[in-house]
Amino acid sequence: MLMKFAMRLATLWLLSAALVSPSQAGISADSSAASNSISSAASSAISSDVAVEERLVVLSSELRCLVCQNESLASSRAPLAEDLRREVREQIRAGRSDAQIIDYLTARYGDFVTYRPPWRGRTLLLWLGPFCLLILAMGMFMYGISRKRQQHIPADVSPLGRSSDQASNPLSDRVSNQEALASLQREFAEKSHE
Amino acid sequence: MKRSSSIIPLLLFIALALLLAVGLRLNPREIPSPLIGKPAPAFTLDRLDQADQTDLKKPFASAALKGQPWILNVWASWCSACIAEHPVLNAWKDKLGAPMIGLAYKDQDADARRWLAGRGNPYSQVIADRDGRVGIDFGVYGVPETFVIDGKGIIVLKHTGPVTDAVMSDKIIPALQAARVAGAH
Repeated sequence: MLMKFAMRLATLWLLSAALVSPSQAGISADSSAASNSISSAASSAISSDVAVEERLVVLSSELRCLVCQNESLASSRAPLAEDLRREVREQIRAGRSDAQIIDYLTARYGDFVTYRPPWRGRTLLLWLGPFCLLILAMGMFMYGISRKRQQHIPADVSPLGRSSDQASNPLSDRVSNQEALASLQREFAEKSHE
Repeated sequence: MKRSSSIIPLLLFIALALLLAVGLRLNPREIPSPLIGKPAPAFTLDRLDQADQTDLKKPFASAALKGQPWILNVWASWCSACIAEHPVLNAWKDKLGAPMIGLAYKDQDADARRWLAGRGNPYSQVIADRDGRVGIDFGVYGVPETFVIDGKGIIVLKHTGPVTDAVMSDKIIPALQAARVAGAH
């Protein structure tokens, strides 16, 4: 209850302050107009600086430092990275778009500066290679499994009928193992006789 | 059938080993420059070799070299690999048949001059890129770097790292000759 009252008082105070302050500024305009405008200009410069720095951080973390190649432009302390950050910062201030700035850098340093290189003939292998390898590996794995399965099924029994009654019988596993062992032993014996 | 399937892992292993062997031999520092075949960025920079004679103190403009092939060598007195490169440049300077411009990259003027006074000056002109902006335009990321620019102002070769005798005879001299032949036609 007390909390609620305090909150209301606080909002009231804030509201009244907001209403009063412009008129106050108006009253004191003649005396402090100059200093006021200076301070507001300074604060807007700071806020735009913050915006520039934020964009710089976002943009430069997408870019590679060329000296220490596994560091981003945002985190590197190499002199070249500092220079390139300066360059990017100036271009942000000049109102250039992210795409324009990245174009500026790739024109000089190549796609290598971007951690996410664009889709091109040359980068196709880079983008698709891992997926191709994955599909290849999965294909080989599946092929291997299916071949192993085929080999395990004894030739003299129909696979469907056998597997359905096998499922409920834990003993049949052992039986089929014994069968497989026996057939292997037979095979071995035949081979060694030859 | 069995024999062929047991060979597959071996083949895969050999393929992977070959891939890694090639990958390990590649130099990760050698990043292909997108500027090859493109016009060299135009620039104007102060000259270091004439700054003492005030009446000669004219900036160097890259446009003045149009019509002939030339070499741009990016170096710095703070660059340790340049120590190894410098005698090679000194030895080859008369055999080049083309102007070699030395660009002191992000260097103090006094340090650069002291370096040239102590180790000899192989350059036809020495210029100062004090804030490294021309370096950025040329895509410089590791000093020393050497560019060959043909008579039309096109960059035909870039070498990253110190120039050795082999680099001179196998890369730079042939590039200069090709540029000269192309320019004569």
